[in-house]
Amino acid sequence: MSEFLPLATSFFPDPSTETGLYILISLLYLAGALGFILSLKWMSDAKTARKGIFAGEIGFVLAIIGTLLLPVITTTGYIYIAVAMLIGAAIGVPLGLLVPMTAMPQRIALSHAFGALAAGLVGIAKFYDATPDIGWFVMAVLGIEIVLGALVFTGSLMAAGKLQEVKWLAQRPIVFPLQKTLNFAILAVAVAGVIILAADPSQMWAIPVIIAAGLAFGVMLIIPIGGADMPTVIALLNAYAGIAAALLGFVLENNLLIVAGALDGMSGLILSIIMCRAMNRSFRNVLFGAFGATEQAVGDQEIGSIRSASFDEAGDLLKMARLVVIVPGYGMAVAQAQHKVRELADTLEKEGVEVKYAIHPVAGRMPGHMNVLLAEANVPYEQLLDMEDINPEFPQVDVVLVLGANDVVNPAARHDQSSPIYGMPILDVDKAATVMVVKRSMRPGFAGVENELFFNEKTLMVFGDAKDVMGELITEVSGNRDSINV
Amino acid sequence: MNVSVEFIMTGLFVFALAGFLGFETIRRVPRLLHTPLMALTNALSAISLVGSIVVLGGQYTAYTTILGFVAVIASMINVVGGFLITDKMLRMFKPREKPKKPEPAEAEVAS
Repeated sequence: MSEFLPLATSFFPDPSTETGLYILISLLYLAGALGFILSLKWMSDAKTARKGIFAGEIGFVLAIIGTLLLPVITTTGYIYIAVAMLIGAAIGVPLGLLVPMTAMPQRIALSHAFGALAAGLVGIAKFYDATPDIGWFVMAVLGIEIVLGALVFTGSLMAAGKLQEVKWLAQRPIVFPLQKTLNFAILAVAVAGVIILAADPSQMWAIPVIIAAGLAFGVMLIIPIGGADMPTVIALLNAYAGIAAALLGFVLENNLLIVAGALDGMSGLILSIIMCRAMNRSFRNVLFGAFGATEQAVGDQEIGSIRSASFDEAGDLLKMARLVVIVPGYGMAVAQAQHKVRELADTLEKEGVEVKYAIHPVAGRMPGHMNVLLAEANVPYEQLLDMEDINPEFPQVDVVLVLGANDVVNPAARHDQSSPIYGMPILDVDKAATVMVVKRSMRPGFAGVENELFFNEKTLMVFGDAKDVMGELITEVSGNRDSINV
Repeated sequence: MNVSVEFIMTGLFVFALAGFLGFETIRRVPRLLHTPLMALTNALSAISLVGSIVVLGGQYTAYTTILGFVAVIASMINVVGGFLITDKMLRMFKPREKPKKPEPAEAEVAS
C-alpha cells in the first residue's frame, strides 16, 4: 500500500486498515497543491491576481482539513490545535490589515522569520520524537533544515530590525577584520554538527550546537548589509525559507510541503537573480553572504559645478514639457511623498503633460517596493514602467524628475570602470532634455560615490524634502495656469 | 522514523517538477507585482502549518507539544496575515479608470 501511495505514511499507524481515509487525505493535499499553483499562475497579471489569492486560500483550507483528518491527532490534540490556531489568527489579522504600506519591507522580512521559526521548530520536534531511530539521509536533511530555519529566523529578524530602524541596531553596514573567516567558521561548525548527527543521530548534544550556529550565522549575514542591498537579501531569505519548507516535506513524507516549499524557494531564487542582475553582482557571491563589501573607492575625481533651480523655474519647465518621467527611489518612501507625487502628476496631466514613472528593479528596499507605494497613491499601473521599457524613451523625454534615487541614475555605471557601481544597469535619465533632481543635500548615495549626473549641464538641482518640494511644484504648476494658456 | 526510499524518490520527482513549474510560472509575474508575489509565496510556504499541526496534535511528549504549539501559532500568523496583506496590496493596483487625456487619437484606439 504505502509503496503506491507514499503520502504521509508516517502519520498512519497502519495505512492498510484505513485506505479510504488515506486516499481522501491524499486527494485533499493534491487539490491544495493545485490551488497553490493556480494562485501563482494568476499572479502573472494584475487583473487576475486577486482571484489567485482566493485559489490559494481554498488550497489552504483543503490542506488543513486533510491534516485534521489524520488519525494520529488525539482528542486533546484538537483542543491545543484550535487554541494555537486562534492565537495565530488573532496576531495575523492586525499584521495583515493594519501594517502601513511604507512598512512593507520589514513586514515581509518579519513573515520570513515566522515561517522559518515554524519550519525550524517542527524539524527540532521531529528529531526529539524520533531519535536515535533516524536513517542517515533523513537525519542529514533534517539537520540542514534546522540550520536553515535558525539562519532565516535571526537573519530575517535582523533585516526587519534594520528596516524598521530600531535604535540599538546599527543601520550602517558593519565590517570588521576576519569577518569572512568568522562567518566561514560558524558555517563549518554547523556543517560538522550535521555530519556528526547524520553519522550517529544519538549524539543529541549536536542539535543545540547546530541551532546556535544557524542563529549566529543569520545574524552575521545581515551585519554587513546596508540599505541598498536589502532587496537582494530579502529575496534570498525568501528562497532559503522555501527550501527549508521543502526539506521538511521530505522528513515528514508530505508532498504538499515539498510543492509549496519548491514554489516559495523558486520565487525567492528568481527574485534574487533579478536583484543581483540589477545591481551587477554575481549570484554566487551573494549566495554565500558576501554582501556590502564594496570597496569604497571614494570619488576624488573632478567635481564640477552644480546648477540649482527655484521652485518657480522648476514649475515652469515641468508645465511646458510634453513628456515628464518621474524616477522614484528610497528617498520618496522615506519622505512618504508618494501621494504628493501623484497629485503633481495629476496637475501636470491637467495641463496636457504626459507623465510616466520609471522604476528601477532595485529602487527601494525590496523587490517591487516603488510599485506598491505608487499603487497605494492610486497611480494607474499602466504608468509604471520597468527599466527596459522606459530606457529607449529617454531621448524623447523633456523633463526627468529624479526623486530620492541616486545610484540607479548615475551615468558612471556605464563608463567609469573605477566606480564601485560600474556595470550596474541604470536608468538613462541623462539622455533626456532636462534632468531635475530633488534632493535634501549633496550627500552621496550608499556606495559613497559622487553622482556625476548632478554635475551634468542638463541637470537642475532642487533642494528640499521630497514631500515639501512636491507641494511647492504643485502650486507653481497649477497657480499660473492662465498665463501659459494665453 | 525512517522515510522509505520510495518516498524519497517520489519526493524528488515532486520537488523537481514543482520547482520547474514554479520557475516557469513565477518568471511570468511582472515586476509590478513582485512585492505581492513575495507576500503570497510567504503565505503559501506557511504550509508548514500542516507539519506543525501533526506535531502539536500527535502529542508525542510535553516538549514536542510546546514546540508544536509555537510552530502552529507562527505559521498561522503567516497564513492569515500573508493572505490578508497580499489582498490588501492587490486591491491598490488599479488600471487607469478612463483615458484622461483629451487627445482623440488615444480615444479611438481604446474604442
